[in-house]
Amino acid sequence: MTPLSHIRNFSIVAHIDHGKSTLADRLIQSTNTVADRDMKEQMLDSMDIERERGITIKAQTVRINYTAANGEDYVLNLIDTPGHVDFAYEVSRSMRAVEGSLLVVDSTQGVEAQTLANVYHAIDADHEIVPVLNKIDLPASDCDRVAEQIEDVIGIDASGAIRVSAKTGEGIIETLESIVQNLPAPKGERDAPLKAMLVDSWYDSYLGVIVLVRIMDGVLKKGERIRMLSNNSTHHVDRIGVFRPAMTVIDELGPGEIGFLTASIKQVRDTRVGDTITHEKKGTEDALPGFKPSQPVVFCGLFPVDSAEFEELRDSIEKLALNDASFSYEMETSAALGFGFRCGFLGLLHLEVIRDRIEREYDIELITTAPSVIYHIHMKDGTMMELHNPADMPDLTLVDHLEEPRIKATILVPDDYLGDVLKLCQDRRGIQLDLTYAGSRAMVVYDLPLNEVVFDFYDRLKSVTKGYASFDYAMIGYRQDQLVKMSILVNDEPVDALSTMVHRDRAEQRGRAMVEKLKDLIPRHMFKIPIQAAIGGKVIARETLSAMRKDVTAKCYGGDATRKRKLLDKQKAGKKKMRQFGKVDIPQEAFISALKMDG
Amino acid sequence: MADDWEKGGFGLYIHWPFCEAKCPYCDFNSHVVRQIDQHAWCKAYLAELRRAAAETPGRVLRSVFFGGGTPSLMDPETVAEIIAEIRRLWPVANDLEITLEANPGSVEATRFAAYRQGGVNRISMGIQALNDTDLRRLGRLHTASEAMAAFDIARATFERVSFDLIYARQGQSLAAWEAELQQALTLAVDHLSLYQLTIEQGTAFGDRYRAGKLRDLPDEDLGADLYTLTQEICDAAGMPAYEVSNHARDGAQSRHNLIYWRYGDYIGIGPGAHGRLTLDGQRWATETYSNPKKWLDNVPLRQAEKPRNPLSPQDQASEYLLMGLRLKEGVSLSRYENLAGSPLNRAGLDDLADLGMITRSGDIITVSNQGFMILNAVISRLLDS
Repeated sequence: MTPLSHIRNFSIVAHIDHGKSTLADRLIQSTNTVADRDMKEQMLDSMDIERERGITIKAQTVRINYTAANGEDYVLNLIDTPGHVDFAYEVSRSMRAVEGSLLVVDSTQGVEAQTLANVYHAIDADHEIVPVLNKIDLPASDCDRVAEQIEDVIGIDASGAIRVSAKTGEGIIETLESIVQNLPAPKGERDAPLKAMLVDSWYDSYLGVIVLVRIMDGVLKKGERIRMLSNNSTHHVDRIGVFRPAMTVIDELGPGEIGFLTASIKQVRDTRVGDTITHEKKGTEDALPGFKPSQPVVFCGLFPVDSAEFEELRDSIEKLALNDASFSYEMETSAALGFGFRCGFLGLLHLEVIRDRIEREYDIELITTAPSVIYHIHMKDGTMMELHNPADMPDLTLVDHLEEPRIKATILVPDDYLGDVLKLCQDRRGIQLDLTYAGSRAMVVYDLPLNEVVFDFYDRLKSVTKGYASFDYAMIGYRQDQLVKMSILVNDEPVDALSTMVHRDRAEQRGRAMVEKLKDLIPRHMFKIPIQAAIGGKVIARETLSAMRKDVTAKCYGGDATRKRKLLDKQKAGKKKMRQFGKVDIPQEAFISALKMDG
Repeated sequence: MADDWEKGGFGLYIHWPFCEAKCPYCDFNSHVVRQIDQHAWCKAYLAELRRAAAETPGRVLRSVFFGGGTPSLMDPETVAEIIAEIRRLWPVANDLEITLEANPGSVEATRFAAYRQGGVNRISMGIQALNDTDLRRLGRLHTASEAMAAFDIARATFERVSFDLIYARQGQSLAAWEAELQQALTLAVDHLSLYQLTIEQGTAFGDRYRAGKLRDLPDEDLGADLYTLTQEICDAAGMPAYEVSNHARDGAQSRHNLIYWRYGDYIGIGPGAHGRLTLDGQRWATETYSNPKKWLDNVPLRQAEKPRNPLSPQDQASEYLLMGLRLKEGVSLSRYENLAGSPLNRAGLDDLADLGMITRSGDIITVSNQGFMILNAVISRLLDS
C-alpha cells in the first residue's frame, strides 16, 4: 500500500480534440507504464465508436508509477472522464474521486464551452487545477493569448501554465513534476470504517460487473463482504486490482487509492455511480454526498427496419442495457412501425452511440423516431403523468396544463457570429439570461426548452457559426407552456411515429416545414399523395406530392435484359429500407430528417 | 411440350464493335481503332457462327441483325460472306429479315448497294437529329443534309428502312420537337425509333452531367409531355408505337427486336454480345468478352464466350415481363406463370389496374399509355412479392 503522501489522483479536463487522449497516452508512455510495443493510440478509449468519435463515455483509470526529480516514488492515478454534456453527472462523480485536474487547452484554439462546464465541475470539487497549454508545436499556437483567456474566463492563475506538445512529447516531464509538486495528496483514515465511492461500472463477460472505486477511508481486501449504501445489497469481493491500464490484481486498496473490484455482480444496474460502498459489518452509515440515480432525459423509439428482426433487437438492447445503467427501455407498439422499443437516454450523443452500436455490433438496421423529452401532464383531477411519447398524449379534455423541461445553455462564440447565435436561441423559444465578453468572444447564457435543443440545435449552432461556437447545458426544471401534439398524415393516414410535441405558436411553422421536408423525402409514387400536419382534427399545413410522371427505359434490347433484371433486383433490396404505410413507402431516414429545421 | 422460347422465335445478333468516333451519349460496346483487319474479323465471325450452329441445329432463323458499333464500317464482302454462311448453317424463314445499322454519312451510303447485294434487306439509320446544331452537340459526324442524301439512297436501295431520332435533348422545347418530328414523319418509310436522351454512366455525357455541366435537360414533367406529344403525333400519322420507343406502320415492326421483347431465343456473336439460349430445357444467358482484341484472340480457342449462367425460373419470368411489357401487345399471364412456377402477384395486378396503369383482358395484360411512361415502376410493382 502506498502512503497517502505519495499518491496523486487527478483528472484531465479538456474539450474534444484539444488533445486529452494524446496527453494521457504520453503520460502512460513516458513512465513506461505500458511497453512501447503494446502502446496503441488513445489507450484509454476502448470501444470502436469512442475511438472513432474521439469521445470517452466510460470513466477509465490508469495507475502510473513515477519516480520524481526528488528521487521519491509516486503513484499517480488518472481518471479519464467522459467529456460530453450528456454525461455531466458521471463527470461530477469522477471529479469527486480525485484531488486535482489538469486543464488542457489547445493553444491554437482557446477555451471552449465544454471545457468551461467541466472545469466548473473541478472547481466545485475543490480541485487544485494545473493549466496545460497543448499543441505548442503548431504554428498557430498562441500561448500568451490563451493563458490570458484562461485567467479572464475561468479566473484561475495561468502564469505557470505548462507548455506541452503531447504530439512531440515536449513538456511531459514538466507535467508529471507539476502533478507531484502542485496537486495535493489525498486524505483518508486507514483505521476508519471503509468508505469508498463507486466511480463507474461496466459489464465484462468473463468477470461480471467491474466496479471502479475510490477508497476514501479504510481498507478494502479481497474476500471481504461489502454493502452498497443506496440499496443495502451485499456482495462478496472476489477480486481487487488496479489498471495499468491493463487489469492487474492486487491484495488490497487503501485510503486515497483508486482501483477496481469484482464481486460476481450480474447487472450494471445494481451498481450506481456515486453510491457509497462499505463493509457489510462494522461499516459506515455516512453516505458520500451528491449521489443520485441517473435519469434519462431524451426518449425515442427504436424499430427494426425489417420487422422480422424484432427479437434480435430485443436481445441487443438487453445486452447493451446490462452495461449501461443510464439507458432505459420498454417495449412499444406503433401502428406505423410495428413492434419496437421506447428508449431513454442521457442526451442525444448517448442516443446516437447506442443506436450506432446496435446497428454496428448487432447488424440490425433501425428506424429511429423523433426524439422527445419528458413532458409533465397535469390532469384536471390534480394528478400528474409523465409523457415520454407524443403518441401517448391523453384526451385533451382531461388535461389541465402541460409543463416542459428547460435548460440553461452556455454558448461561447466569436463575436462575429453573435447575431446568428442570438437569433437561433430566440427562434428556439429561448430567454436570454446573460451576455458577457471575454476578449473577442461572447459568452451567451440562455434559458431554453429542452425539446428545442434535443434534436438539431447543436448542428444548427455549428452551422451558423462555422463550427466556432461551443455549447454546454444543464437542466433547470419544468415550466408550463402552450404545448400541443402535432400529427402527420401521409395519404390521409396518421403516421404515429412522426407525431411531435410543439409550441402552439410555432405549430404552423413547424408543420409547414415538416410537410415540405417529407415531400422531398418521400419518393414519388404512381398516385399523388397528400401530406398534412394536423393538431387534433385541424389541418395546419398541407403539401401534395405529385404522382411520378416518367420512369421508363428508352432503349431495351437483347443485350440489356441481364442488366435490367439485376437493376430490378437491386431496387427490390433498396425498397427493404422503406416502410410501407398504407400504400406509401416511406424511407427509413425520413423519420429523423423530417424534423431537421434549416432555419 | 414446346420450349418457351418458341413463343418468341429465334434470331441472330452480330456485334461489330468499331466506330469512327465515340458518341458522348453512347454506352454500347464500341471502340475507335486506326486499322481493322477485316479479313481476320470475317474469319472469326464465321468460326463463331459455326460454333453456335452446332448447338442449335435445325432451328429456323427468323432474323439476323448487324449492330454495333457502326456495322456500316464493315466491308460489304464481309457482310455477304457472313450471310452466306448463315444460310448454309441454319434453315431460314421465307421472310428472313436481315438488318444492318448504318451511319447516314456520304461514305457509308456508297456501300448500301453492295450490302443489298450481299443479302441485307433492312437498314436502320442513326440519324438522331434533323438540325446541325443538335447533331454536333450529340457528337455526330454527319450533317442533316448528308443524312437526307444517305436516307434517299437507302430508300432507293432497301425494301425496308428505319431511322432513329434522339429527343428530349438539351434545351429542346415541345414546339421544336413537334416540328422536327413532323418533318421526320414526311421522310419515314415504315419504321421509326424515337428515344428520349438518357444520360448513362461511363459516357462523356454521364461525366459532364455529374460535373453539373449538362444544362437544360428536360425535367421529368417536360420529358413526360414530350413523350405524350410524340405518341399523339405518330398515332395521327399512322405510325403508332408498338413498343415504348418504336413506331411502325402495320406489319413493318422490327421482327428481330420482337424476338427480344417476346422473349425468344437469340444467339449473340461478336465482342460483348449477349444471347439467350434454351438447351435441353434450360435457358442460359450468354455473353462474350467485350474487349475486341480479347474476343478475337479467344475465338480460335473456342473461348470467345464467358462461362454461361443458367437462368432460374424467376429470372426468366422477370425477364419475360420486363421485355414483354414494353410491347403494346402485352404479356400472357399463363406464360409468366409457366416460367415462374407461380402466378404473378394478384395485389400488384389489382392495384395497377385500379390506377389505370394496366388493362387485363383474359390471359393478356397490356400497359396503358399512362403506364408506359412509368413502366419501370409498373414492372417493379408487379414483381413485388
